[in-house]
Amino acid sequence: MAATTPVQSSRRPSAPTFVQWSRKNLFPNWYNSVLSIIFGALFVWLGFSLFRWILVTADWEIVIRNLTLFMVGQFPRDELGRQVGSIILIAAAIGLLAGAATANARARAMEAGLPFDISTPRDWLQRFWPMLLLVVILLSLTRTITPTLMTIAALVVGVAARYLGLYLPSAARRRASLIFAVLVVAAVLVLWGFGGVPPDRWGGLHLTFVLTVSGIVLAFPLGLMLALGRRSTLPAVRLLSVTYIEFIRGVPLITLLLMGIFALGFMLPPGVDPSSFVRILVAITLFEAAYLAENVRGGLQGVPKGQTEAAQAVGLAPWKTMRLIVLPQALRSVIPAMVGQFISLYKDTSLVYIVGITDVLYVSKLVNAQPEFFGQGLSRVTLPFVGLIYWVGSYTMSRESRRLEKKLGVGER
Amino acid sequence: MTAHPSTVETTRPPFWRDLRVLRAFAQVAAVAGAIFLFRWILGNVTTNLESVGIRTDFGFLNGPAGFQVANSDFEPAQPVSDVILVGVRNTFALAILGIPLLTIFGVLVGVARLSPNWLVSKAATTYVETLRNIPPLLVILFTNALILLLPRIQEAATPFGWFVISNRSISVPWIANGSGAGTYWMVLAGTLLGAVGIWVWRTRRSDASGEPHHRVLWSGLFFIGVAVVAYLLLDDPIALSRPELEGLVVTGGFLTLANYVTVLIALSLYTASHVAEIVRGSIQAVAKGQVEAANALALGSFQRLRFVILPQAFRIALPPIINQYLNFVKNTSLALAIGYAEVTTIVFQVIGNGNPAPQSIVLLMAVYLTFSLVISLIVNYVNRRIQYVVN
Repeated sequence: MAATTPVQSSRRPSAPTFVQWSRKNLFPNWYNSVLSIIFGALFVWLGFSLFRWILVTADWEIVIRNLTLFMVGQFPRDELGRQVGSIILIAAAIGLLAGAATANARARAMEAGLPFDISTPRDWLQRFWPMLLLVVILLSLTRTITPTLMTIAALVVGVAARYLGLYLPSAARRRASLIFAVLVVAAVLVLWGFGGVPPDRWGGLHLTFVLTVSGIVLAFPLGLMLALGRRSTLPAVRLLSVTYIEFIRGVPLITLLLMGIFALGFMLPPGVDPSSFVRILVAITLFEAAYLAENVRGGLQGVPKGQTEAAQAVGLAPWKTMRLIVLPQALRSVIPAMVGQFISLYKDTSLVYIVGITDVLYVSKLVNAQPEFFGQGLSRVTLPFVGLIYWVGSYTMSRESRRLEKKLGVGER
Repeated sequence: MTAHPSTVETTRPPFWRDLRVLRAFAQVAAVAGAIFLFRWILGNVTTNLESVGIRTDFGFLNGPAGFQVANSDFEPAQPVSDVILVGVRNTFALAILGIPLLTIFGVLVGVARLSPNWLVSKAATTYVETLRNIPPLLVILFTNALILLLPRIQEAATPFGWFVISNRSISVPWIANGSGAGTYWMVLAGTLLGAVGIWVWRTRRSDASGEPHHRVLWSGLFFIGVAVVAYLLLDDPIALSRPELEGLVVTGGFLTLANYVTVLIALSLYTASHVAEIVRGSIQAVAKGQVEAANALALGSFQRLRFVILPQAFRIALPPIINQYLNFVKNTSLALAIGYAEVTTIVFQVIGNGNPAPQSIVLLMAVYLTFSLVISLIVNYVNRRIQYVVN
């Protein structure tokens, strides 16, 4: 009995050497060896060509000269200070919310007597390395020091706000989302208010972000209503919701955008002529609401019936049962799905390119029409650049969504 | 002592708290609201269109289209309704080739992601994570930028003399009908039916007696045999036609437009990345015990995949994959960005030629809704057919 223990511990497998590892994972039999050689060669060749293209062949002049255009479109250049102010406010808002959320989670864990690891800078690096990489790439392409200073300022403010959020009094901490909303509204006001720049003149990556966020925010109430309507016991309400949802899900977003641009003006009373920004925002909102409704419906279906019955047993009215018992559980469980929806919308906003709105993808078309870059096939440089921007946002968010899914224990409850 | 039971029964709540009244009222209000909104929009559209002198019905469909469509014998004098049908046909042309392409590639990549070979699985992961996180429109535009690198039509490449490749069009060898081709095609169709019959017969026989069915061999040999004999008897009913470049025109062969190929490749690659994820998830969803049972029976890794895992994963994967087909069809509308004449591009041009926008777009939506409806009917049918019946 006593003799077996040391034998077992001495047999504990040590980390495999590279040769052992590759024999197991690369060359276990002849056809896998052939595959390994083919794919290995492919990887080496692709990696080499990619690096050579990025560092030698590709001429990044077109991106360097037009970086501001890619970031903010035709935003008036003498008003760029407003962008800086709004970015710093957003950084503060995100930092504060992240800090307060961590503090809330820690408080809950302490109440439940569970261990709680606060995330270290290393965790953050692992989670957000693509974003950091993108920021570094973007800054390396700038020609003045201002963007770097702005990034540092935003980072400092963000980190400071996070610590502020961590040590906020608990009463303020619970209202962190309210503070977040106030700061975001302030950021919009800095851009738009006080004789600022109306959204029609926003553009570039900034417009892409604005369309994504406002699309989701505006679509959420409508989507929630539709989801409740689809789950309603009233047949007429259910029919209306199902018709709307299935209609929208059956047509491509581009048809709604065309509708917004070419036909929305005809659908409103004579004399009402919304700007292009409003037109596409209406189209995106109507489109997104149907998909959000389906997500929320999934969450509603996942709430056990016992919850509703328990609420009825303690005498809650139907409305209160929904608002206090069912919806909080349903919405919590669909957060990952809604992040997924957010990612799709982030990618889908690129469709405004087709109707000529200056988002970051359209800028790539614009700069290729500039006299000094025209007709040189430089979209083979600008499109990968724009693609990288989309990829970083989408990839990071999809990993965060998977992380959230695990953390919320969706399906485990 | 206690209240009389009958008083409890007869007490009805006041009507504003009576559930039946409330339910009826809520439904009437919802329907009335929807109808009102619809009427209001319709009224506005009518007023606005009339005030600028545009017709408010669908009569414009009978007017001349006034533009040509590349790679089609459509005449500008033909009515708008015809040109929209040409667009639907072109959308269909994308779907008919794209769906098999993306399925094959998606399944391959999905299986490769689970390969024990580290390099193969990493290659598949790189592919999926790259394509999935980029907007499909950008994939199309980038593919277009690459296709434009092909030689101009004046200097078109002609590999092996069998193809004509330029950045305007790509031609492949195709079958040209000679005399007696009609008879030959009918013979082939009949033979195909016969081959299917043989297939079914061999399968049934094998099921009944247990002898090997060899159904591929039997029906294949039958089909090829009859096809060859008929070809010889009918004295060359069909021939292979090679594309040839004459000036700026390609004659013979089968011509596909470069922007068709662009959309086809770009969207197939993009959608395949989603299909690969579905395939991977479905394979992982097959119960672990099945794999262990296959190992216990000493099945090889290919047999395990072919006879145990894939058939079960298939049932899980099929509905979401068909959903991806629907997404593919909806995404073909992005061809508008590079001007391939599928139905959205056509409707865009129809509007540009001064036809009323609201009606045209409603028609366009109806086209896509029809596609969606057909595909969701297929999903429901397939779902009913393939799911295990658990009682």
